[in-house]
Amino acid sequence: MTQVSMTVNGQPATGEVEGRTLLVSFLRDQIGLTGTHVGCDTSQCGACVVHVDGKAVKSCTMLALEADGAEVSTIEGQANADGTLNVIQQAFQDHHGLQCGFCTPGMVMSAAALLKENPKPTEDEIRHYLEGNICRCTGYHNIVKAIMAASGQDVAVLAAE
Amino acid sequence: MPKDHGIGASTKRREDVRFLTGAGRYTDDINLRGQAYVHFLRSDMAHGRITSIDTAAAAGMPGVIRIFTGADFEGIGGLPCGWQVTDKHGQPMQEPAHPVLAQGKVRHVGDPIAAVVAETREQARDAAEAIEVEIEELPAVIDMKAAVQEGAPKVHDDLTSNLCYDWGFVEENKAAVEEAFQKAAHVTTLELVNNRLVANPMEPRVAVGDYDRAGDESTLYTTSQNPHVIRLLMGAFVLGIPEHKLRVVAPDVGGGFGTKIFHYAEEAFCTFAAKAINRPVKWTASRSEAFISDAHGRDHVTTIQLALDAENNFTALRTETYANMGAYLSTFAPSVPTWLHGTLMAGNYKTPLIYVNVKAVFTNTVPVDAYRGAGRPEATFQLERVIDKAAMELGVDPIALRRQNFITEFPYATPVAVEYDTGDYHATMDKLVEMADLDGFAARRAESEARGKLRGLGVNCYIEACGIAPSNLVGQLGARAGLYESATVRVNATGGLVVMTGSHSHGQGHETSFPQVIAEMIGIDESMVEIVHGDTSKVPMGMGTYGSRSIAVGGSAMVRATEKIIKKAKTIAAHLMEAAEADIELKDGQFSVAGTDKSVAWGDVCLAAYVPHNYPLDEIEPGLEETAFYDPSNFTYPSGAYACEVEVDPDTGKVTVERFAAADDFGNIINPMIVTGQVHGGLAQGIGQALLEGAVYDENGQLLSASYMDYAMPRATDVPFYQVDHSCQTPCTHNPLGVKGCGEAGAIGSPPAVVNAVVDALRSGGSGITHIDMPLSPARVWAALQG
Repeated sequence: MTQVSMTVNGQPATGEVEGRTLLVSFLRDQIGLTGTHVGCDTSQCGACVVHVDGKAVKSCTMLALEADGAEVSTIEGQANADGTLNVIQQAFQDHHGLQCGFCTPGMVMSAAALLKENPKPTEDEIRHYLEGNICRCTGYHNIVKAIMAASGQDVAVLAAE
Repeated sequence: MPKDHGIGASTKRREDVRFLTGAGRYTDDINLRGQAYVHFLRSDMAHGRITSIDTAAAAGMPGVIRIFTGADFEGIGGLPCGWQVTDKHGQPMQEPAHPVLAQGKVRHVGDPIAAVVAETREQARDAAEAIEVEIEELPAVIDMKAAVQEGAPKVHDDLTSNLCYDWGFVEENKAAVEEAFQKAAHVTTLELVNNRLVANPMEPRVAVGDYDRAGDESTLYTTSQNPHVIRLLMGAFVLGIPEHKLRVVAPDVGGGFGTKIFHYAEEAFCTFAAKAINRPVKWTASRSEAFISDAHGRDHVTTIQLALDAENNFTALRTETYANMGAYLSTFAPSVPTWLHGTLMAGNYKTPLIYVNVKAVFTNTVPVDAYRGAGRPEATFQLERVIDKAAMELGVDPIALRRQNFITEFPYATPVAVEYDTGDYHATMDKLVEMADLDGFAARRAESEARGKLRGLGVNCYIEACGIAPSNLVGQLGARAGLYESATVRVNATGGLVVMTGSHSHGQGHETSFPQVIAEMIGIDESMVEIVHGDTSKVPMGMGTYGSRSIAVGGSAMVRATEKIIKKAKTIAAHLMEAAEADIELKDGQFSVAGTDKSVAWGDVCLAAYVPHNYPLDEIEPGLEETAFYDPSNFTYPSGAYACEVEVDPDTGKVTVERFAAADDFGNIINPMIVTGQVHGGLAQGIGQALLEGAVYDENGQLLSASYMDYAMPRATDVPFYQVDHSCQTPCTHNPLGVKGCGEAGAIGSPPAVVNAVVDALRSGGSGITHIDMPLSPARVWAALQG
């Protein structure tokens, strides 16, 4: 067992881990941040996306030890300081961009990373960026719409519904 | 002006806040004090006889608490099947035992052989690798038609064959159907495969068993769509625990799509093992494990024939289907290809004579059971494909051929035992033609062709039967459960309400939509109503959520309980205002006496019920809590018309869905936003089935598509923005809300639209192709184009 220390959502987090412990296991099992989910074991579904030093990372594909000293940000750290939903979270609620909620943390974290790189993505750019995030409930329509809305684009003109 | 609250309002979902902030509480988020972890050692062979299991080395590994094998479950019940189908000779289906852990034989890759319980997940997994299992490999049966040949290896040695049942429906119609085919002016025949799918809710299955020695009480936390059903099946049939000593909790559940209806071995194991070692025991499936242990869906091989007269009227329909059951009977598996499939073969059409034959077959594959739509997509796909093929052969417009044969008068008794209460199939088709801009298709095709692409249009209809019922009928058909729903409405002293519903939300938004109904009935704010579900210790009884039944059946139970509440509240209000009960009106949360200015607020009446100082104690009891059980008198019948436009790249065979339009009739609608979302999700799953998904076994029974690297899940780039409309509304006539159900429609209606469109595209390029089996992968489409 090795000691690992990192900053998670602005708070220091330390624990003893095995070499094989994944970052997602450290977050979920050791520091109790269960908002980050595990939906697969082949780094495909993206339910486990967090930000490590500002970059979107699949936390099932990174060892906890690799995040030693890093700044990690998870879904639990996304809301505004007063506890209200941030712009992306609010857009997901406003546009029904989630159903069962299981893929949602990864979707929100991926969307945040996308909008940081590309503040006004097109529909096509959003769909391609979400290649690594699988949702089984929404058919993606309202996720794409929510991300467009969160970036300040008018979504009223989208396909009728 | 859209409504902003109550029935018909697109109220934003209250559950979203916790899901968006990481505060959801899914089963894997539950960790109990002293919890141990189980890892299942599963068969890597499709069929074999277990000759020895040596756990000695594994038992000595670090952290190992106990290792269980099939021997530990001798004398304990196997997993029960909840539906007994009677075959065409009046005989019961063949029903094999389904042990919790394999006994004697393994019958599919993934069959659990042993279970290691250890201090940590990793220790359990490490120790499982040290178990030495000797298995004498037996020939596997994978292909259904081969499995029912004389001399085929038997999946179950104690059964007479691999044929579970040979079902004829309606057997008495068979001769008349034959005669109609002999007289037909035209017969269209189509052989097709309804591809095997894996449901793949994003949350893998999880079970946590707990045991309280002091009270001799067991608790199971599980990823289930119907915790009460699990309590009954596991308690009564597997472990012998009476319901008052067994609590089943299904907290936030990350999608189900049918595969979380069923009672699984891992649930029984964790409950059993928690008592055996007197510690909580947790199991979390990996995705790879889910692929080989979650019940799969579909997997039918069908020949369908449609007979038409000289005027192109449908005169008869007959089908022969081989339906894969897999290695064991999953909870509701036998009902899917029969009562959920044969009864839908009339579709939207007045075909007078129908005969459906289904041979259910055991194979050395994962059990197959209900997956979103369950039987109804299989019925819709074959029917809507054969109609398109008939139109092609006859050289007539496929929409016109459908319209000509639409059922137009309701109620309509089909020749396959069900009676449609309402519908308007021309209205949804009219809406579709308009919204999908079918008139503009020719121009869009020309534009595609100018770019060297082939463009195709596929249109089809569907009918669904939701809210399977009534109990006294389904009992005759072989169901071993009632199909009602219960609701308890508890009014608190200060006027807030709690609804304890047997329906279970795993993404459908009941916490938002159910309060809209009560808010409308009483005239109060939706925020005054809270929904409790998913816990057998809190909800009196429940049959759960599947088959698009929640609002139609669970919602109706809630309405009935609320009606009782209102009735009693009116009695109290009448007493408070010294008026006759018959004169009391309830509006906007105020009880008033008709024709007077006297009124009393909802909250004051509720308070009086619990502080009964001024109260009709000689007439009624204090308190305001009512329970209702609602058993519907019929199914509901949503219907619709769908249009898909695809573009095919003739160089690669890649299909792109360019446009998809869905015009549905769901009857009355509680929350349009949620309904639209349900359709979107169903469409993606249907497009996934048509273009991408397929569970593929090799001849040895190895599942080749057993991870997201190999099983092609639809991703954001695979689907377009959809056009969805549900303005055509013919309310259900037999439930109090006039609702029909919307959860499965998208998955039922979309696969034939996609395939019809691709065939149309290929034919527009000069191909003579009439059918391609799903999934329409680039390889298959390209091969078809090569002729």
